Amino acid sequence: MLKRSFFSSKYLPYLLILPQTLVILTFFYWPAAQALFQSFMLSDPFGVNSQFVWFDNFSRLFKDRYYWKSIGITFFFSFSTALLSISIGLLVAAMANRVLKAKAIIRTFLIWPYAIAPAISGIVWLFLFHPSFGVIAYSVMRWFGIHWNPILDGNDALFLVVIASAWKQISYNFVFFIAGLQSIPKSLIEAAAIDGASPLRRFWVITFPLLSPTLFFLLVMNVVYAFFETFGIIHTVTQGGPGGSTMTMVYKVYKDGFVGLDLGSSAAQSVVLMIVIVVLTVLQFKYVEKKVQYTG
Amino acid sequence: MVEKTPWLDLLTYTLLILGIGIVGFPLFYTIIAATLPVEEVSRIPMPLIPGDQLLVNLKTAWIKGNLGIQMWNSFIMAAGITFGKISVSMLAAFAIVYFDFRFRKIAFVSVFCTLMLPVEVRILPTYEVTANVFGPIQRIMEVFCMDTLIGFFTGSRFRISIEFSLLDSYAGLILPLVASATATFLFRQFFLTVPEELCEAAKIDGASPMKFFTRILLPLSKTNIAALIVIDFIYGWNQYLWPLLITTNPRMSTAVIGLIRLIPQMEDLPTWNVALAGSLIVMLPPVLVVLFMQRWFVKGLVDTEK
Repeated sequence: MLKRSFFSSKYLPYLLILPQTLVILTFFYWPAAQALFQSFMLSDPFGVNSQFVWFDNFSRLFKDRYYWKSIGITFFFSFSTALLSISIGLLVAAMANRVLKAKAIIRTFLIWPYAIAPAISGIVWLFLFHPSFGVIAYSVMRWFGIHWNPILDGNDALFLVVIASAWKQISYNFVFFIAGLQSIPKSLIEAAAIDGASPLRRFWVITFPLLSPTLFFLLVMNVVYAFFETFGIIHTVTQGGPGGSTMTMVYKVYKDGFVGLDLGSSAAQSVVLMIVIVVLTVLQFKYVEKKVQYTG
Repeated sequence: MVEKTPWLDLLTYTLLILGIGIVGFPLFYTIIAATLPVEEVSRIPMPLIPGDQLLVNLKTAWIKGNLGIQMWNSFIMAAGITFGKISVSMLAAFAIVYFDFRFRKIAFVSVFCTLMLPVEVRILPTYEVTANVFGPIQRIMEVFCMDTLIGFFTGSRFRISIEFSLLDSYAGLILPLVASATATFLFRQFFLTVPEELCEAAKIDGASPMKFFTRILLPLSKTNIAALIVIDFIYGWNQYLWPLLITTNPRMSTAVIGLIRLIPQMEDLPTWNVALAGSLIVMLPPVLVVLFMQRWFVKGLVDTEK
């Protein structure tokens, strides 16, 4: 879209977009093209010699048992994280929306974890669940007799990174749900109340359906978060272990590329991730269309 | 809200307190642990009464984690990314909305597509570019056989080699992260709502485009800029993967990275009190930004849909 009234200048617009263009060409498009290019090449670890091998890297990748395991872990991890943090966020937001007083204080108490770095969230939860010193590990042992050891047990480790990732994301979901709840017309709720619908029924029949675009948007954003922004948590808490049980796809790109120096495989994995994020972005923008329909 | 429901109100408050408790418990526990000496923090279960070692632990963490210089680096990185993102995307949005030029659509679409290229999916090649920012130019010249071409004309063997590494530098920490599709959208969206008459009036008064930008658009965008400052500062401060990759010199790394060295390993003395005191120091700046700029934070989050 363009303004009806605009300036005309031969060089100025190019000068204005120059900084942005330089940055995205150098640090976004060139590396992405390189990843695509390298995913078709087989190189030695130093990148000196390479040859074109068509889809060899991809077929090698998809024959790799560990890659499939990593895909499974990533999907389980992402959806558990998203579900956990969305449900807590929705519950707390729905409750906060009922309260008349002290809204600002409640909000203050709920939004601050957004500011905490994923890596720090990882450190804090690692301590809480630490097999020898963690209070939660201790309580679980004491009350339920479960031996908790995320350092040795894969499932415990995966559970731990899910909790650490979901906890940090509750604030984000809370903010969006509060915004969504406040945009629902009060008159609808009041009309239903006059017709005799109970508060719970009003929530399920009116509020929840009207929140569905927000819910869908948050589901996509939380999955994106779990896929791409939880690197810090995994690196501080488990480093992909034990035995690859928390090796998400992003962590595997890092590990195979930087530690294993397998350039071709790392590049092929990058390309797979690009496809994932293209799908997620398209889904996200589907939501935007929906939102326009609802409000207009 | 509409009718009186004492039981539901009770449930509401109970759930709210429970929710705040779940969200707040890790911080509460961290603060307690940071005040205890090492014998207390490794006792099972750890006492829940604060000790008197807070200052000692903070000091140990500050020195052991080399946090002084790293907090400064984090600040430079976060401030640089914030300033860079906002100015770069504001200028681009201005060009896209207020000028008619040939590559307008392409400029917009190419910024949009960066949404699909987070640093996590192009880790290795981005690292390579940062290790030599002139790499792309060199590769393009190699493809066009510039070496042989120039060699042919000058009659001597010629090899072009330009190298400039951004590893272990502030520019390397900041530049690859300053492009922002969301900020460009936000400003574009906002500029489209600015009344046409303002631009008309400015033109009639003989203002140049840049004068219109600095005198009219910039002041009008104040709230958007404030919202983006909060979001981008947190984004920059909390970066992890990128500084981990490109800084090898501990004097150039950031505070969040520095914390890793404080985590006690299996064979060490379990100095969790120091690690958690360090975590408190490093989380303080972004948490304060969120708490004191709450209104802008919520606006920024919802507007950029970040």
